[in-house]
Amino acid sequence: MRHHRVLRIISKLLIPFIMLFALYVQFHGDFGPGGGFQAGVIMASAFILYGLIFGLENARKVAPPAVVTKLVAAGLLLYAGTGYMGLFKGANYLDYDVLSKDPVAGQHLGILIIEFGVGTTVAASMITIFFLFAGRDR
Amino acid sequence: MIITLIDIALLTFMGATAIAILRLRSLFAVVMLSGIYSLLAASMFVALDAVDVAFTEAAVGAGISTVLMIAVLALTGERERAPGHSRWLPMAVVVLTGAALIYATFDMPAFGDANAPANLHVAPRYLNESFAEVGLPNVVTSVLASYRGYDTLGEVTVIFTAAVAVMLLIGGRKGDDAGIKNEPADDDADSNDGEGTA
Repeated sequence: MRHHRVLRIISKLLIPFIMLFALYVQFHGDFGPGGGFQAGVIMASAFILYGLIFGLENARKVAPPAVVTKLVAAGLLLYAGTGYMGLFKGANYLDYDVLSKDPVAGQHLGILIIEFGVGTTVAASMITIFFLFAGRDR
Repeated sequence: MIITLIDIALLTFMGATAIAILRLRSLFAVVMLSGIYSLLAASMFVALDAVDVAFTEAAVGAGISTVLMIAVLALTGERERAPGHSRWLPMAVVVLTGAALIYATFDMPAFGDANAPANLHVAPRYLNESFAEVGLPNVVTSVLASYRGYDTLGEVTVIFTAAVAVMLLIGGRKGDDAGIKNEPADDDADSNDGEGTA
């Protein structure tokens, strides 16, 4: 794709906005459509677009596979760990009421954290799967 | 009325896309058409007022899946071989299954029926109480992340498992080979040393 100047310049312009939109979908999911799943996929698509246009080697420098692989597990652990926070504070597993003094504020905090965990795992999984498929020789 | 027309148009396009996917032998065109099929399905979900589902379908079905399928095409080749066997048996299975599914829809409550069991069980509680209990304007997020937190944890585990499975199947082969070749050599050297001193 080195000589496709239009694709390179347009994707350079688009990638920051794709990432910004992913963050918007991630953290605005409690007010509008969206949430961790969609945000994760959109965030991953920014990295995949970069990999398609600028080559897999450069994409691996931006998102080192060693880090991305750990993020796959980190998101799930964040989600499950938030559930244990409820247990430690004397409530049921995944009950966010006790995360804050005010139950509604606790719910809000819990949902924000677990949605971030969902987004992390989904984005890292998609990037990992793309790297593996695209990096495999025939 | 307008919604009905949109539904008919979308379903017609979806049917035409599905038939085109069946008949085409160029896998690149098939991948593109399945992306279009997902986009049509996403439009259908918007017409059904399920924007969150539509969002997911557009991002995952039309976006990421298409890219991953193209990445797979680069490994496998772009043409499908003509099938060697008769197509009538698979066709009969598909037609019978489809007919059974359509027959089953006759027993389902009408779309949007307020007296449908699904709308009488926990849905009123979610719709009436979720703002006081969870405090989010988007009820879908309240249900997914809080009331049904276990289910969503399971879904994330599924995605985690998928990534791990892909890693195990096609990832890190070079590193593994190097590790397997190195470790026994070291072990042999150690055990030889041990025998030598004994």
